[in-house]
Amino acid sequence: MPNQTALNAVHRQSGGKLVEFAGWELPLHYGSQIGEHMAVRKAAGMFDVSHMGVIDLSGPRSHAFVRHLLANDINRAGEAGAALYSCMLNPAGGILDDVIAYRGDVGRCRLVVNAATRERDLDWITRQAEPFGVDVCCRADLSMIAVQGPRARDLAHQALPWLSAGAPGLPVMHFITIGDAQAARTGYTGEDGYELIVPSSEAVVTWEALRDAGVAPCGLGARDSLRLEAGLRLYGSDMDESVTPYDCGLAWTVALEPADRDFIGRAALLTRRAQGGSRFVGLILEEPGVLRGHLRVQLPGGGEGVTTSGGHSPTLQRSIGFARLPAGNEDRCRVEIRGHWKHCRIVPPRFVKYGQPLVAL
Amino acid sequence: MSTIPADLKYAKTHEWVQASAPDAAKVGISDHAQEQLGDVVYVELPEVGRQVRAGEACAVVESVKAASDIYSPVSGEIVAVNATLGDAPEQINQDAYGAWLFSVKCTDTAELDALLDAAVYQGLIEGAA
Repeated sequence: MPNQTALNAVHRQSGGKLVEFAGWELPLHYGSQIGEHMAVRKAAGMFDVSHMGVIDLSGPRSHAFVRHLLANDINRAGEAGAALYSCMLNPAGGILDDVIAYRGDVGRCRLVVNAATRERDLDWITRQAEPFGVDVCCRADLSMIAVQGPRARDLAHQALPWLSAGAPGLPVMHFITIGDAQAARTGYTGEDGYELIVPSSEAVVTWEALRDAGVAPCGLGARDSLRLEAGLRLYGSDMDESVTPYDCGLAWTVALEPADRDFIGRAALLTRRAQGGSRFVGLILEEPGVLRGHLRVQLPGGGEGVTTSGGHSPTLQRSIGFARLPAGNEDRCRVEIRGHWKHCRIVPPRFVKYGQPLVAL
Repeated sequence: MSTIPADLKYAKTHEWVQASAPDAAKVGISDHAQEQLGDVVYVELPEVGRQVRAGEACAVVESVKAASDIYSPVSGEIVAVNATLGDAPEQINQDAYGAWLFSVKCTDTAELDALLDAAVYQGLIEGAA
């Protein structure tokens, strides 16, 4: 039996088509994935992301521990109240997961990790935390709702009085804690909005208040097409333990300075960086069809690569994808779809931001 | 709830067939099939003139979720395809029984008779649900 989130009954009542994902029963869509996608681009949509893991770290050395655990440096994000995107690496530089770290008050930090890797992460983090004397607590008592879109913050302030008290001036990649709840100005769609973490006992009233304010319930399908357009990587598809951040276009998330910050994977990353890493790109299919992950890519010079994600872009009305290629500067390639080699344009791996296309068609 | 018109025949693989003449079969996918697939974004159709056998994959419907093979329910020659799906594949979601994919000139009309009627097809999808 898959796990159920606190919102399971609400999803059923709303006509959600429930599927199993990473051991959890979650809505794929509530009728039309494309409709939900466009609701987020044009107005506001919300996602039940309670399957993701919330891991709280506490103890006097928790800050030092996070600087050891993650390839990005929490000090870059800022003081308490700042959030940071980072990869968590093994000693070989392979990506164990990608996480958001929330810097709390002295002695506190929170990590949000992927559902599929949550148990493995918890085990890894617990073992690494031991020498630091840091307490690791997986918060199964919390639920997570992402509210995203150009109207998301306004509607969330209207719907949730607790939020309107402190959140309106919150900068991007920052969060506030109000009682047991947290609101972060983060997301996975390329739009403005919040990711809310609330006690599971409050999940249904929070969801219903947002829905009554006009926020559209959205499923995992729209979450995937939105993140693809926004150029955001998906763990397990675009990256895993076999690759480093230098193979996923994530060099910007690696903080090599200060040089004396001894984070897990550092030595291996320096080696990989010296080798040059892989080229991680966006693809736009220039013929009819749909890109998916795991397709062969051929470059004009004979080099080969592979797609890591792909799908239909509702905003661009084209098929788009990500690919991992050998280093180079080609701007065209061909992708094999069911035995046919189809032409693609190579672009930076970021297609839509704040509702606007970032690539010329 | 998906609808199942009584005047059509159905394949176990969720295609519908309309016998527009004794040896002519117009083929699409059922409302149940489009519901399972989700939003359709691309349709690959066979070439007119191609010879197909019953059960042969000859078209592909790609939804936001995945690519699905469509099988010809009968043997014969592809005599027409619905080219309007190229620009508007969403017709399959909006009107599954109007959005036909291709027509086959059957070489063996017994294959038409062997397809499922609406009641049996309904039983099939209820059993799977």
